[in-house]
Amino acid sequence: MKENIVSVNNLSVSFDYQENFLSKKQKIRAVNNINIKIKKGSFFGLVGESGSGKTTLGRAILGANKISSGNVIFHDDDRDFDLTTITSKEMKEYRKKAQLIFQDPYAALSPRMTVRDIIAEPLEVMKITTSREETDERVRDIAAKCRLNLEHLRRFPHAFSGGQRQRISIARALVSNPKFIVADESVAALDVSIQADILNLLKQLQQELNLTYLFISHDLSVVAHVCDIVAVMYLGHIVEMAPSRELFSNPRHSYTKALLSSIPSVDPENKSKAIELQGEIPSAMNPPTGCVFRTRCPNPTHDCKEGNIEMGLIEVSPNHWVDQCCVNCA
Amino acid sequence: MSHLLEINKLDVKFDTDEGRITAIDNVSLTLDQGKVLGIVGESGSGKSVTAKSIMQLNPGNTIYNDNAEIIIDGENVLKFTSKNDLKKIRGGKVSMIFQEPMASFAPAIKIGSQMVEQLMIHKPLDKNEAKNISIDMLNRVGIADAEKRFNQYAFELSGGMRQRAMIAMALSTMPKLLLADEPTTALDVTIQAQVINLIKDIIKEFNMGVIFITHDLGVIAQVADDVAVMYLGSVVERGPVNEILKNPKHPYTRGLLNALPDINNLDAPLTPIPGNIPSPLERPTGCVFRTRCPNPTHDCREGNIEMGLIEISSGHWVDKCCINCG
Ligand SMILES: Nc1ncnc2c1ncn2[C@@H]1O[C@H](COP(=O)(O)OP(=O)(O)OP(=O)(O)O)[C@@H](O)[C@H]1O
Ligand SMILES: Nc1ncnc2c1ncn2[C@@H]1O[C@H](COP(=O)(O)OP(=O)(O)OP(=O)(O)O)[C@@H](O)[C@H]1O
Ligand code: SF4
Ligand code: SF4
Ligand SMILES: [Mg+2]
Ligand SMILES: [Mg+2]
Repeated sequence: MKENIVSVNNLSVSFDYQENFLSKKQKIRAVNNINIKIKKGSFFGLVGESGSGKTTLGRAILGANKISSGNVIFHDDDRDFDLTTITSKEMKEYRKKAQLIFQDPYAALSPRMTVRDIIAEPLEVMKITTSREETDERVRDIAAKCRLNLEHLRRFPHAFSGGQRQRISIARALVSNPKFIVADESVAALDVSIQADILNLLKQLQQELNLTYLFISHDLSVVAHVCDIVAVMYLGHIVEMAPSRELFSNPRHSYTKALLSSIPSVDPENKSKAIELQGEIPSAMNPPTGCVFRTRCPNPTHDCKEGNIEMGLIEVSPNHWVDQCCVNCA
Repeated sequence: MSHLLEINKLDVKFDTDEGRITAIDNVSLTLDQGKVLGIVGESGSGKSVTAKSIMQLNPGNTIYNDNAEIIIDGENVLKFTSKNDLKKIRGGKVSMIFQEPMASFAPAIKIGSQMVEQLMIHKPLDKNEAKNISIDMLNRVGIADAEKRFNQYAFELSGGMRQRAMIAMALSTMPKLLLADEPTTALDVTIQAQVINLIKDIIKEFNMGVIFITHDLGVIAQVADDVAVMYLGSVVERGPVNEILKNPKHPYTRGLLNALPDINNLDAPLTPIPGNIPSPLERPTGCVFRTRCPNPTHDCREGNIEMGLIEISSGHWVDKCCINCG
């Protein structure tokens, strides 16, 4: 059996920016030379600064964004899909294997369709089932796994709460029997109790259905609890990556440290432990030379400030990768 | 001193194909200038509907009760009918940061044009001044290269950038009352801290009052002066933030705090409040929380409990039935 389900190799994705028709095109470097391997059966967490390229990376893996350079390979049991050269015929096949769970359970569900029809739609669009009976059976089966009952299937989404809607979205994403799921801020809209419930459900389905997740989230406590391995992004780069416990107990990169220190405490009297980031927030249109974090780093060295630092991950302890410059940064 | 905002005995119902849904049941709240009132509660508990009621933004199938009042600056907005009256609140005295940023920006108009247009409706500014203020606000919410981002469409921004652009737009009019509905859910914690500090600065500078809706109890702890906890359309507990988070009385509030993942103990299981929220079509009689309460009494189970907040210590209000609940 193959060990990894996804390999991302030297992946870069950029978008064009043009002020008006006459002006010169500029590039927004959303994802910059990223390398990751996602192990089969893992809960892979992706965290980092807003705008750092997490959604773009997730979409590139799903084949929903163009790839500027490098490649993404999806390893199925019997074949590989190369997302750089994929044909539209292969893409149809690939869609069954890799799915996205939406962030917003309200916007994602059409108010005019019953829950049954919402969950059944991917089966019909992808022509996976051939009869209504077969479709119904698949829908009932996955609905039960997501703890929705038969009575729910006849109703319209507005009668459901956010948590139940998110279960409907999950059922819809899983009905085609995918192997890999990108969950982009999938629990962000939910209150803590429902969040806990949905996360327990995702974990349980992972075991039952042998799923692999790429879990994108800003909620670090949630990531710490559910993910096996976590990668931290900053301005298009992965600056650190480690097994969850290791990352949260022993962060090495200055950005990771600042991030972990800023988790708001539920104790109103505990206000001051955050490492406040000063300095200019860099732009993806004009990223700093050298270390991308240097404009806001609390302790840059002379070489950092001059932009003489070369980026690139090295392994500092088993499976703990950090940007080489930052192995010893304060 | 009179309050900036006073909500009295508000009920909100919606007519739907499947029947009449009660979204808000007998909610009363007050907010003073310069203060932040946090609202937390389960999805579907009516947080957004409460905020939208203040702006009169609920859709046509909405029914308000006759004796309800939402008083801003001495005027009951529920009695407003003319466009001119409504203009005073929408985007004038009151600004709202919506839960769905995608819905707040028109897809085919650049975000900058939308910011400028909305600012010029409410302030006597020329185009250039409005542009400068907007770009300055984009900078202050941590958007790099703001002059360029100003020229982009909403779909070209990341989720968190869209959310920040919306915050910038809402703050640029310097409202008296800001309704912020889950304003920081799409932000990483360092940017979130920056945005929260910005909102706090503006509160001080302009003596603005804020309703801050979020499910993040950590954020509530850091921004709110007072907090109201909602469940299925009712406020079940409210009071000073410190008191509510350290000394919660209602089993629902306790359940929420208990469900919070603890970053210092990764071995602890995630513990949701057991059971499902009842459908709004099947609202329990008596105490709304009784179908999920860990320790209901016989009377609770029978639906014999009457709801209503009473004050158990200075400013700390809890559903009367629940003063001693286990
Ligand atoms: N369709 C697009 N056109 C132009 N630029 C884009 C597009 N999609 C993303 N970008 C740009 O790519 C960069 C990365 O965006 P992305 O959405 O991947 O960030 P993110 O890490 O998911 O952020 P967030 O946490 O805020 O969701 C941003 O600068 C964004 O403006
Ligand atoms: N236009 C509408 N028609 C019918 N029902 C509605 C309408 N708008 C809201 N509701 C219902 O009113 C209830 C309260 O919804 P609201 O959006 O206020 O919840 P919320 O507390 O903001 O939840 P979340 O945390 O998920 O945003 C829900 O049951 C919702 O389904
Ligand atoms: S390389 Fe230098 S600037 Fe970059 S994070 Fe490390 S210490 Fe800071
Ligand atoms: S009134 Fe009864 S059912 Fe309701 S929360 Fe209190 S103990 Fe539980
Ligand atoms: Mg994103
Ligand atoms: Mg809401």
